[in-house]
Amino acid sequence: MSRQSKHVQEYCLTVIIWTAATMVAIPFIWFMSDLLWNGWSQLSFTFVFAAPRNAGREGGIGPILISTMLIVGVCMGVAWPMGLGTALFLSEYTRQDHVLGRLIRGSLDVLAGVPSIVFGLFGNALFCQVLGFGFSILSGGLTLACMVLPLLIRTVEESFRVISREQRLSAAALGLSKPTTIRTILLPAAIPGLLVGGILGLGRAIAETAALIFTSGYVDRMPESLMDSGRSLAVHIYDLSMNVAGGNPHAYATALVLVSLLFIINFASSWIAARWTSCNQLPT
Amino acid sequence: MISSSSNISSRSKGDFLLSWSVRLLALTTGGLLLLVVAFLFHESWPALQHIGLSRFFSDPDWYPTDNSYRLTSMVWGTILATTGAVLLASPLGILSALFCHFYAPPLLGRWYRHMVELLAGIPSVVFGFWGLVVLVPMIGRWHPPGPSLLAGILILTFMIMPTIMLVAHTSIAHVPVAYIHSASALGFSRWSMMWHVILPTSKVGIFTGILLGMARALGETMAVLMVCGNVVQTPSHLFDPIRTLTANIALEMAYALGDHRAALFMSGLFLMGLVVLVVCMAEALRHRNIYVATK
Amino acid sequence: MPFSSFFIFALRVILVSHILWAFPPWEYLSARAEGTRLIITGSSTMAPLVSEIGKRFETLHPGNRVDVQTGGSSRGIADAVTGLADIGMASRALKPQEAHLFGSVIAYDGITIILHRDNPVQILTDAQIRDIYTGTSTNWKTVGGNDAPTMVVNKAEGRSTLELFLQYFNLKNRDIHAHVVIGDNEQGIKTVAGNPHAIGYVSIGTAQYDANHGIRIRLLPLQHIPATIETVREGTFPLSRPLTLVTQSPPAGLIKTFIDFAQSLQVHDLILKQYFVPLQG
Repeated sequence: MSRQSKHVQEYCLTVIIWTAATMVAIPFIWFMSDLLWNGWSQLSFTFVFAAPRNAGREGGIGPILISTMLIVGVCMGVAWPMGLGTALFLSEYTRQDHVLGRLIRGSLDVLAGVPSIVFGLFGNALFCQVLGFGFSILSGGLTLACMVLPLLIRTVEESFRVISREQRLSAAALGLSKPTTIRTILLPAAIPGLLVGGILGLGRAIAETAALIFTSGYVDRMPESLMDSGRSLAVHIYDLSMNVAGGNPHAYATALVLVSLLFIINFASSWIAARWTSCNQLPT
Repeated sequence: MISSSSNISSRSKGDFLLSWSVRLLALTTGGLLLLVVAFLFHESWPALQHIGLSRFFSDPDWYPTDNSYRLTSMVWGTILATTGAVLLASPLGILSALFCHFYAPPLLGRWYRHMVELLAGIPSVVFGFWGLVVLVPMIGRWHPPGPSLLAGILILTFMIMPTIMLVAHTSIAHVPVAYIHSASALGFSRWSMMWHVILPTSKVGIFTGILLGMARALGETMAVLMVCGNVVQTPSHLFDPIRTLTANIALEMAYALGDHRAALFMSGLFLMGLVVLVVCMAEALRHRNIYVATK
Repeated sequence: MPFSSFFIFALRVILVSHILWAFPPWEYLSARAEGTRLIITGSSTMAPLVSEIGKRFETLHPGNRVDVQTGGSSRGIADAVTGLADIGMASRALKPQEAHLFGSVIAYDGITIILHRDNPVQILTDAQIRDIYTGTSTNWKTVGGNDAPTMVVNKAEGRSTLELFLQYFNLKNRDIHAHVVIGDNEQGIKTVAGNPHAIGYVSIGTAQYDANHGIRIRLLPLQHIPATIETVREGTFPLSRPLTLVTQSPPAGLIKTFIDFAQSLQVHDLILKQYFVPLQG
């Protein structure tokens, strides 16, 4: 290929890539400006902390914020240990083509495709009825953990898989035991991947509606324990926009609060991860 | 990959503890899927008993209150919507990831990634709501009625693109810097380097991202419920309204009793069957890739 | 820098202890010992109203809790029967096969046909509506409107609104040729407001509220009777439905107190705020 045509090809591809990036950015900006335009006027200090009144059309979302954080807390608290453990199992304790590993990976991929409403009904049957938790934040968190697990495990496993063999071989050569290798070498190296898994999982958990309607429920009172029923932000947005007449303005405002919350958490996690990796580069 | 049995160091207590706790956690995760499948089977059993498998494809149409249970058009709706979304979202996601790494100035790249991370967390109801009040009227002005297969494909694309982009981004970030330097030293142009060096190296990760995105699209309920029109028919063109299996379950589950309810769970099982099919195909492809890769 | 790292450590300890003091985890791990709890599940149309009634009930009878969950009218009745819920909410009258259950009506609602505000058609006869919905008339000009194809919006199978609609117009769901099928009322309203040639049917309360607040829909009269809350209250509007609280056995104890409260004058303002019609007297 002549140098001239190579330059043209290079130029064309640059244009294509910038176009693709813009095509992604434009709907997002349109969408966010819509949200800001319609929701900004409703936002205030009281909105974030007050209790909802008049079916959510007045008042605020304070108790709902607390319920959401509790639900997500339960979800992450259960999903991370299980997810990390399973991912470690898949990447460190099984060969790539081992039957059990492939079976678990396959079943995780299938689990990722189960509709959220089926998870909601499953969670209702298992956690609310069989285990007797009833409509509660605990049931909601556990159901969400089931939904988030496949995403978490696959991303974390990927991040362990790409760590080069040399690192593991060097650790073995130095006589490090398996737990030490994992703790001091593999985990720090996998931090970026763990972060992405965490963000995707958190995103999925906060965004989930159908599963939570049947498990953590509809009550918008301030929860007093994990066994209380509590509405999440996404369920509140759904109710205000699809069920309650005149709920639109507050639905927009709640969506704005949700996006801001997500932004803060994402930003904080990136910052913490960056600090962690830079700290760990110092010799100990 | 080093398996624990080839560790020369003595089996310390920590080793033993970690190895077995990790196995336990993995088995619990595996058991979870079995539980979900068992639940689905248990709930759809009345449908299998009273209605029978073949009727789900041979009945005239879907009117459960009239004892007619045909799922074919909804299966087509699900497949078409998901395929369309994956076809649109994969190139967008991969190109965006490449943009973030190689074409954007560092600050822009970082903020672009933050933007996509935000997109990943927006609830499906918000997407659906936006689709209903902005996208659907727009499509309706172009070609009535508005709620359609096209609207579903577009909304699903917005929803799964962040997943694909973020996983691809991480994959590309893990390409050893040495590869990139060597390619530059050899005189590769930017695009050649991406096409011949980076994409093949991060192939497996990108594939995982696409698979996760496809799974999400197959399972998406709320957003498609609001923008697809929910008419039970096999679409003949992009502007026809469709109903997906998930939207069907969401619409009718609340009011279904007895056989109707069991039939809805049956459609959930069909959906799972679809996902199993896709996963098997992906495994077959990946199996081939592993033997070809130089890992 | 030993001092600064100690300082940061102390800061972290103070922060964590404040959080533990404000939200003690041990308190969240066990269920609070409570008074009595009422669980009410069912229709999502009634859920906001019953939720507000429940909140007022809690302030008047402290120590009790009223938990309202959604899931649909059929689920509400099923839960009341199996005992999973104390009361079920149904946005319709009890069917003949449910005659062994006990229903208490707390409010009324009507069902209205809605068009986009820009649609010049002001009134439709029952026969015209039937024709549009069965696909016999597919263009607005046959009923005196613009030359444009109709867009028919129907409700999903099993919903009480659909059943009442079919019953009134003497149709079967199979006969309807819909272009869009919707789930909840607001989805229907947003769909019709987004397309100038759409026709749909929703709860009167929801439609009236939205029309008064700038949403571009118009409520059509039925049999020449305007579709408003007032005509439903007078009983002249032909298509109305009762909002019912269902129990498996005759209401007693806390359930009876709550149902009596929900039927009393004390909640009239709540019912009016949700744009339903309260009981007379």
